[in-house]
Amino acid sequence: MDNGYIIEVKNLTKNFGEFTAVDDISFNVKKGEIFGLLGPNGAGKSTTLRVLSTLSRPSKGTATIGGYDTVKNDTEVRKLIGIVSEKMIIYNRLTAKENLWFFGSLFNIQKETLAKRIDDLLELVNLTKWKDAQVGTFSTGMRQRMNVVRALLNMPQVLFLDEPTLGLDPQSSVEIRDFIKKLNQENGTTVIITTHMMVDADLLCDRIAIVDHGKIIALDTSTNLKKIISGGDTMIIKLEIANLTPDLLSAVKTLKCIDAVTQENSTRVHLIVHGEEAFDSIVDTVRERNGKITSMENLQPTLEDVFLHITGHEVRDSADQKMPTEHHRRFGGAPKRVR
Amino acid sequence: MTAQTILKHSFRIAWKDLTELFRNRLGLVLLIVMPLFMMVMVGFIYPSNGASLSNLPIAMVNEDSGFNNSTIPSQTFILTLQGINNQTGMLTLTNVSSISEVKDLVQRGELSGGIVIPSNFSQSIYSGQQGTIIIVTDQSNPQISATIQSVLTSVFNNMGTMLAQRQIQLINPTLNATSSLAAVKPYNVQTEGVVPGTPSYFDFIAPGIMAMTVMMSVMTGLPVAISQEKEIGTMDGMMVAPINRLSILLGKTIAQTMRGLIQGVIILVLAVGIFGVAIQGNILLVFALLLLGVFSFVGLGIVITSFTKDQETAQMLMMTLMFPMMFLSGVFFPIAQMPWYMQDISKVLPLTYASDALRKVMVLGAGIPQISTELIILIVFGIVMIAIALPVFRRMMTR
Repeated sequence: MDNGYIIEVKNLTKNFGEFTAVDDISFNVKKGEIFGLLGPNGAGKSTTLRVLSTLSRPSKGTATIGGYDTVKNDTEVRKLIGIVSEKMIIYNRLTAKENLWFFGSLFNIQKETLAKRIDDLLELVNLTKWKDAQVGTFSTGMRQRMNVVRALLNMPQVLFLDEPTLGLDPQSSVEIRDFIKKLNQENGTTVIITTHMMVDADLLCDRIAIVDHGKIIALDTSTNLKKIISGGDTMIIKLEIANLTPDLLSAVKTLKCIDAVTQENSTRVHLIVHGEEAFDSIVDTVRERNGKITSMENLQPTLEDVFLHITGHEVRDSADQKMPTEHHRRFGGAPKRVR
Repeated sequence: MTAQTILKHSFRIAWKDLTELFRNRLGLVLLIVMPLFMMVMVGFIYPSNGASLSNLPIAMVNEDSGFNNSTIPSQTFILTLQGINNQTGMLTLTNVSSISEVKDLVQRGELSGGIVIPSNFSQSIYSGQQGTIIIVTDQSNPQISATIQSVLTSVFNNMGTMLAQRQIQLINPTLNATSSLAAVKPYNVQTEGVVPGTPSYFDFIAPGIMAMTVMMSVMTGLPVAISQEKEIGTMDGMMVAPINRLSILLGKTIAQTMRGLIQGVIILVLAVGIFGVAIQGNILLVFALLLLGVFSFVGLGIVITSFTKDQETAQMLMMTLMFPMMFLSGVFFPIAQMPWYMQDISKVLPLTYASDALRKVMVLGAGIPQISTELIILIVFGIVMIAIALPVFRRMMTR
């Protein structure tokens, strides 16, 4: 706390039997920061969040929130935090108000204060009109708004958000993002957010930790992360070939200058390359095989490119396939995710 | 954290659970329909006595060849039987020509059995021997054939007694009807229950079903309710609140107990209102017993909760445990009628004692002194199970 860090994670490891979900990670989060954990499904983001929010015990290492240890002082930690889980924590058969009243009453908040706070929160997310309707009748966007304000009942210093925009339409996603931003700016709430959506991370986070296979492989601001690509001699090229064949693609893939290749559709590929001769050698290779280049573009790097560059695989090819089924059973749901 | 805070939080959780329960219309309907079905089915499938049988199709075969051209004995027999049957309406008698035809009709399922008077019937009687009557039974339906057998045997015995009485009066005309009966049947059997009236099968099963429903609601309801919340994710919401883990458990238990008691009351109302069950003992003692039953089952419910990861497993585990318990605890069938090893198993099931005690109170009007053994067993069982369950639960909650 004294050093300005509200969250300190040291050598945190979480095993599930043989499987290591979180592998010896350490990081600190400053007070008032929006901190992102970015990575594919099964990378260990959610498990990290569960350990930080006292829902799961670390196998090794420690985590403190506001100076309190998440295992030894779990009750104190719980007073400081709010969680917005990927699974919505709201009861469909209770009304909006009843839901908030129930969760609020589990914190020792004075009745009048709580009543006022519930009204304010409902107003804040434009649900006052629906306060007496059962949450089960709400749209997904409305339910997620409920889910978020539910986590704010105790005015947490640290808010954990696990994939908050998952399954939401673009408009609702924007609403939730704006809301998080506003909360952070007005109340100084520290926000830890996990996501596999690059947009979320890019637009929201002050700092981003890129997580893959249980390890943090890069941690910096979005701008600095992108510099990994734009700063060096690495480039991102969008290439369109009218008569793209698998043979042609594999020929391109074997070129020395290529770091990573993603095929976007039947004619378009996305390349991360390095070296001065990259453009030339690609064009040569394609022409040699009678490929017709219809467009070639040098792109600004995105976080997705950064991820691809560092890990050599896409965020979208989630670690799902490589995961032992045991893991799915314990967490219930990774395969169900909709994108 | 003080006990008061723990209780306050658990009441909030119980309130939440019950609100959800009452908003679930279909669930509420099933809450009423389930015990009703159980009462109706079990109550009517196992009729309490033969009197409830009526119009059983029975064949009548008279193969009597007579003696000296006289078939008076067999004709008397048939007339008497018809006379009795006209009063009770129990049988529908059909005349059939031969025993093989009877067997054929039973095989076709058109008849439930047959009465055969063999060819030497009159001859035997006239020559001072017993006349044999053959009852043909349908072995594919042991329940019915046993009933037919016992009913017909008693009818024939009575007919025999009447005949004997008449013959004694012929020999000694000074005897009146009473003393001739005393000569033929010196012993008169009378039955007297502990409480007045003849209890029906409903009186037997209603307490058992009540005990079972209420106790099972905790044992099955608790794991299902908790694993369901874990599965949909709402459990995390309670887990990250600064409350004692015990509050969650207690709150859920209170809610499930209330649900069970509501069902118990429904069964009681149905039993008294529709099935004419009379409650002889103290109604408050009935409820106290139900609560004690719940208490004895809570620990078991928690242990199961701790070991089940998802709702599906919880439900399957419940079914596996429920069935043997239902049948081994003497809820539907008397324990005495089971083989010794099953009786031994039933002795370790708390449901046995709860339903026994409840039956004693409801049917026999027993008070606390008469059921003290059962009470002690239930209390001890409850305490032991909870002592086992709490550490297990604590470990499960913080994986």
